[in-house]
Amino acid sequence: MKARSKRLMLVGGGVALLVAAVALVLSAFQQNLVFFHTPTEIAEGKAPTGKTFRVGGMVEEGSIAREPDGVTVRFAITDTAKVIPVTYKGTLPDLFKEGKGAVVQGKLENGVFRATEVLAKHDENYMPPEAAHAVEQAQKAATTLSQ
Amino acid sequence: MKAKFLVPLLLFFGLAGFLAFGLTLNPREVPSPLIDKPAPDFTLARLDEPAQTFSLKEMQGEVWLLNVWASWCVACREEHPLLVRMAEQKIVPVVGLNYKEVRGDGAINARGMAIEAETDMAIERARRWLRDHGNPYLLSVLDIDGRVGIDFGVYGVPETFLIDRSGRIRYKHIGPITPDALQNVLIPKIEELRRAG
Amino acid sequence: MIPELGHFALILALVLSLVQAIVPLVGARRNSMALMAVGRPAAQGQFFFIVFSYVCLTWAFVTSDFSVQLAASNSHSATPIMYKITGVWGNHEGSLLLWAMSLSLWTVAVTVFSRHLPDAFLARVLGVLGMVSAGFISFTLVTSNPFERLLPAVADGRDLNPLLQDPGMIIHPPLLYMGYVGFSVAFAFAIAALMSGRLDAAWARWSRPWTTVAWVFLTAGIAVGSGWAYYELGWGGWWFWDPVENASFMPWLLGTALIHSLAVTEKRGAFRSWTVLLAIGAFSLSLLGTFLVRSGVITSVHAFATDPKRGLYILALLVIVIGFSLLLYALRAPRLAGGGSFSFVSRETSLLGNNVLLTVASASVLLGTLYPLFLDALNLGKISVGPPYFEAVFVPLMTPVVVLMMFGPFLRWKDDDLVAAARKVAPAFIASALIGFAVAWAVDHVTWRTVLGLFLAAWVVLASIQLLVGRLKERAGASAGSRLRSITASWWGMWLAHLGVGVFIIGVTLVGSLDQNLDVKMKEGQRAELAGYTFLFRGAVDADGPNYDAARGIIELSRDGRVLDTLTPEKRLYRAQGMPMTEASLDIGVFRDVYVSLGEQLPDGAWIVSLYYKPFISWIWMGCVLMGLGGLCAAADRRYRRLAAREAAAGAGQRVAASA
Repeated sequence: MKARSKRLMLVGGGVALLVAAVALVLSAFQQNLVFFHTPTEIAEGKAPTGKTFRVGGMVEEGSIAREPDGVTVRFAITDTAKVIPVTYKGTLPDLFKEGKGAVVQGKLENGVFRATEVLAKHDENYMPPEAAHAVEQAQKAATTLSQ
Repeated sequence: MKAKFLVPLLLFFGLAGFLAFGLTLNPREVPSPLIDKPAPDFTLARLDEPAQTFSLKEMQGEVWLLNVWASWCVACREEHPLLVRMAEQKIVPVVGLNYKEVRGDGAINARGMAIEAETDMAIERARRWLRDHGNPYLLSVLDIDGRVGIDFGVYGVPETFLIDRSGRIRYKHIGPITPDALQNVLIPKIEELRRAG
Repeated sequence: MIPELGHFALILALVLSLVQAIVPLVGARRNSMALMAVGRPAAQGQFFFIVFSYVCLTWAFVTSDFSVQLAASNSHSATPIMYKITGVWGNHEGSLLLWAMSLSLWTVAVTVFSRHLPDAFLARVLGVLGMVSAGFISFTLVTSNPFERLLPAVADGRDLNPLLQDPGMIIHPPLLYMGYVGFSVAFAFAIAALMSGRLDAAWARWSRPWTTVAWVFLTAGIAVGSGWAYYELGWGGWWFWDPVENASFMPWLLGTALIHSLAVTEKRGAFRSWTVLLAIGAFSLSLLGTFLVRSGVITSVHAFATDPKRGLYILALLVIVIGFSLLLYALRAPRLAGGGSFSFVSRETSLLGNNVLLTVASASVLLGTLYPLFLDALNLGKISVGPPYFEAVFVPLMTPVVVLMMFGPFLRWKDDDLVAAARKVAPAFIASALIGFAVAWAVDHVTWRTVLGLFLAAWVVLASIQLLVGRLKERAGASAGSRLRSITASWWGMWLAHLGVGVFIIGVTLVGSLDQNLDVKMKEGQRAELAGYTFLFRGAVDADGPNYDAARGIIELSRDGRVLDTLTPEKRLYRAQGMPMTEASLDIGVFRDVYVSLGEQLPDGAWIVSLYYKPFISWIWMGCVLMGLGGLCAAADRRYRRLAAREAAAGAGQRVAASA
């Protein structure tokens, strides 16, 4: 009987530990997922305000401008249909260029996307998949409309 | 009691199933919304004779490829020998769309450059590149500002569009054409389109 | 000609790997000494041909033979010789060859160092390793032939990706691969034991040094990779939870669990089926890591080589290897129940607790890495799982692991008294909590994370001291020297590795709470201040390298008017690929790094400069070094060699008896 209760204690402890750990993982998951939205979705008001998310697309030609402090950058991300203005303070990745794909992470404030992170792929010709996805969605929408 | 030892195996099979499914989402085969639609019309200056223009109508009645390239594009260099070989074997006429020759090059700051100066520079660079690497194109046209590229939904260079006799886009290949893709995808599609009349 | 020789040698290696995979297993089944004896020469011959093949490929790179496709796309005549050599594995095909070569090296090591193993067991181990090897060599030959010719040859190559042209990248992949692949030995031992039905303490003892050495390689490989990311990616982060990093971290977590579980199986005979499962799991995650990196299923900054067809082949390999081993496990494991019993309060329980937590941690990394793929596959939208998730999971999961890690060694095997043990460690535990709070207050950064981190670090250090003192007191009366000598190498290994965890936590906590960063626009002669340091920008000069053009910023670092260092960050443009690169410059110290990188030049001639102050960051890698040293100590324990010699003698005796 004693051995049995010991075993029960061990199994019970293990299961409790496991349940707690799984609960922890899942709650962390719920709170920290970063969703992805296209510029068109933002323009349609489908993106949340005050919550961190990602936007992808192309950096619009001629849109990069620096503020007098030199480190705050303004540019625009487009999926060829809609344009979202972005501000970012910090150094840009080496492969960040006008007309190339980029993904930015941050929050939407008064119609301006305040980026905390700017990502560009480590390859000069291809876009990050999210950026490509955004452009593709916008084009799909455009061709559907023109039909 | 014995069933519990099967749990890892079942979990693994579930995972493998997802991975297999993930593999089918080929990042290189982005379905283009333009497939089976008439190619966007354009009229652009020719690289060999900038005074003359080229437009889609001229290829009416032909099955042909529109290949997007630029001298700054590294992957283009990779596919170029194959294009040259295709031209030698007269597989299919290829029209080159020289895409943002100057402003697409990260090494050049083209902002503020006059459009005439940019065009001259583009012509000079593109011609030199074709001299050095061979010219597989029936002709090339200059898309200095990338407008036509956007109409075609170009988001990386190189890209290649297969266009049929009636001027509809039938297939889009993203990235450099590989010998494999040429043999197994492009040539069969070209032949099919030719047969279809 | 030489590339063709290399290709041919690789085909011969494949043939030998098939021989090694089949013949010894048949021999073990039929109990035929002659067939079993084939394994060893087959493995050694295979190693010879793979090395030969690898040298041929390196030859093509070193002599800039651009009629070889791989050299043409990954090397350049102006590439420095060192990067010509490392360029061989800076790409998909070459890194697979390196994978196969590491596997073969491990196999040869098994044939050399395991002479004492029973013949049938060794034959099965070599058979399993041969199968894995055949899978990978055929994968290389069928889908990714490194010797593919490019005709006509190009005039010059495309150069190695500039990110990989770095000293860290010279040693990172070989170390990482030796670690990944090293788990194949533990895996092969486990499968061989399942086949023979003999899973006992001897099996665990044979596996332990191999597993530990593989774990040391993996630890070193991950640490070097993180160091590379720190100074090469140009913004001072040291770990990004990038899918490729996760791919190496998951097997590390399970490998750590495996090392501890093997200890229990050897000493107490418990956890046998669990240990086998961990051995299969650690190697499976290594294979999965290869799959993730090489298939392009997950796009990440590291995914330099991606091709779905290759992914399909690796997936098939994965399904066959893991599927069959788990099936074998399901069939045989039910017989393994039993082993030493233990009570709720015992060292076994503490190790089991940590095992479970490490496994959950590993699973949570897997979930975070693959979840975006799942959603995408089900068309439920695109998401990303970033560092906040992993941090939110790891802090609470690792806290009990660290507490138990230092509490476990105070507990006796089998059964102990909780109250007595708790009383023993209570002073150190309470002191640690006070120290954690006091230090956080002293550096003026009282957040719960800082306090927790410092508390755990103090706990590791204090408990380590207490453990050592207690151990030395055990043999009262003996001289200090003989007391020290009486401690075994594996005990020192455990002690050092655990201390390393403490040092690592100090680094992570302090750099996480106290680092400072400033992005600033600087003109020649301008100054900037950060964390008490003054940065004087003396302008930028041209500093072209053999295969790149660069601008080099000259920044004078001083503190309280005293000049400490001149930092020279660079902005490079690699000519062959036209790819820009940021090269940071560091002033490295024991208690802090100062890190500077150059952004872009503005039209008015000023530069954007990023300045970073990183306190205690080098402690992260010092902690890893201690863990690695601990592993080496443990693997070098004399006990393994002594027992090996005894078993070899016994085995020889048996053979003589059998042949008589």
